[in-house]
Amino acid sequence: MIEVHELTKRYGDTLAVDRLSFQVPQGVVTGFLGPNGAGKSTTMRMMLDLDRPTAGSVTIDGKHYNELREPLKHIGALLEAKAVHPGRSAYNHLLWLAQSNRIPTGRVDEVLGAVGLREVAKRRSGGFSLGMGQRLGIAAALLGDPSVLLFDEPVNGLDPEGILWIRNMMKSLADQGRTVFVSSHLMSEMAVTADHLVVIGQGRLLANLSMNDFIDQNSHSFVRVRSPEPEALLDALATAGLTARPATEAAHAGAYEVRDADPAVIGDLAQARGIALHELSPQRASLEEAFMRMTADSVTYRTGGDQAPVAAPEAPGPAPAPARSGWGADWKKES
Amino acid sequence: MANTGAVLLSEWTKVRTVRSTVITLLITFVVTVGLGAGICAIQSAQWHTFSASTRATFDPTSTSFSGISLGQLSLIVFAVLVVGNEYSTGMIRATLAAVPRRRTLLLSKAAVVLGLVLPVALVTSFTSFFLGQALLGDHGTSIGAPHVLRAVLAMAVYMTLLALISLGVSFMLRKPVASLGLLMPFFFLISPILGAVPKVKTVAHYFPDNAGQEMVRVIAEKNPPFGPLEGFFVCLAWAAACLLGGYLLLRQRDA
Repeated sequence: MIEVHELTKRYGDTLAVDRLSFQVPQGVVTGFLGPNGAGKSTTMRMMLDLDRPTAGSVTIDGKHYNELREPLKHIGALLEAKAVHPGRSAYNHLLWLAQSNRIPTGRVDEVLGAVGLREVAKRRSGGFSLGMGQRLGIAAALLGDPSVLLFDEPVNGLDPEGILWIRNMMKSLADQGRTVFVSSHLMSEMAVTADHLVVIGQGRLLANLSMNDFIDQNSHSFVRVRSPEPEALLDALATAGLTARPATEAAHAGAYEVRDADPAVIGDLAQARGIALHELSPQRASLEEAFMRMTADSVTYRTGGDQAPVAAPEAPGPAPAPARSGWGADWKKES
Repeated sequence: MANTGAVLLSEWTKVRTVRSTVITLLITFVVTVGLGAGICAIQSAQWHTFSASTRATFDPTSTSFSGISLGQLSLIVFAVLVVGNEYSTGMIRATLAAVPRRRTLLLSKAAVVLGLVLPVALVTSFTSFFLGQALLGDHGTSIGAPHVLRAVLAMAVYMTLLALISLGVSFMLRKPVASLGLLMPFFFLISPILGAVPKVKTVAHYFPDNAGQEMVRVIAEKNPPFGPLEGFFVCLAWAAACLLGGYLLLRQRDA
């Protein structure tokens, strides 16, 4: 069980993490979601005692990280791909890690097998692809057979095959009863892997709820209607107390969207008035949009402005390696 | 500390599984012994041109160690890379996640450097000495002569302390480029130059390389700033200060 309590990290004038408190539930995949620069990586590094919090604390099974005698047996973490010496083989990289925490050396071969790197175990890791580097990082995280796993943006820059592999790996780890805490800036990625969500923006907690609750609360449903007699239809909807607004997407020009309505009610209404309908389809807003809306609010709130920043929804699926920029890049030490 | 042994073993594995360890230490040995031998051969050949006072203060033991002026650069690279490599690759985060206790980590790294460099340094200093004396011929000395064995051992101790100084600096500056950018010019250029400037000279005596030269002296110069034992303590103080500085920064800084 990871407990984050009033965690705060300040870099000069910038609050990267602002009084963040949440608990990571056990035995499920928890998505740690936020736009780039929201403070996800900083939070994860503070969980591992790599960065010193300005205030607040993180406890793992009730203990501070540096009180864990052999931490790799409690928590395994994948922070960044290929954080290994390029001249050292995958086997030797895992060997020193195992030795430092008194993990039996036989475990090295086991985890290499589990991530499919046994054939290249003796090869210099400098020649590894990003996907292989990521697998090695996961092997390192699994080494101590920990009950808690942290993954920081594990699918970044991976090809579709690699993404699928990581997804399945995370699910199977949770199925084994482990706690998986995985950060991402892509809602679409979390939608297919996470059971629980912790959403942050500008270092602040925006939401901490189950995936189902998030979907219920944030993906409002609406009915798209299209008619050759739009005025008559709008009139009919208005008398029934339903408000319709023109569809915003170009592909649906001329159609109307009725929020939180039952398609059957609209159909009956049209039939009663003899209005022809060319389309009547129930829709759900995408989770990506809900996430955008949620984090956009936090930005507005923080800056005190009234502009609603509208970001183009990111295409779901494999994400291009994001260019880290802005203030969020400060803590990401160049190497 | 129950897990110090585990961390020591792990740090030893790290050092042993990269090529740079063997390469840098081998270069240290070859350059120190080779250059020392060359200088001894030249001195021996030039003996007839030396004045009586030069001959009187000629120290065959420290002359055979002349190669360290260049050989130490490779030793510095070795020690800097022991920690600098971790910072340049990002591996330091894996290390600190595995070993969150900074003191245990730093002391284990220092112990591994000490345990590896001392034997290499002993082999280097004894080889330099015997080869140098052989080339100096009649002008050489023997290991049984007064203070000579102490000087040969002091040479190995100096090399070990130099490696620990470099390790401490590397913990402080993190990036190998920064550490090497400071240490290389310091030991190769700045210290020898300042040592020649009249007023700064007094301060320069307390630089680790100059103190090291006092450690390995058998025949004292006129008005030496301090003796071999003091030289040892000066070097020891440098190593302790650099490692302490490294520890304080490691403890306080974000990784």
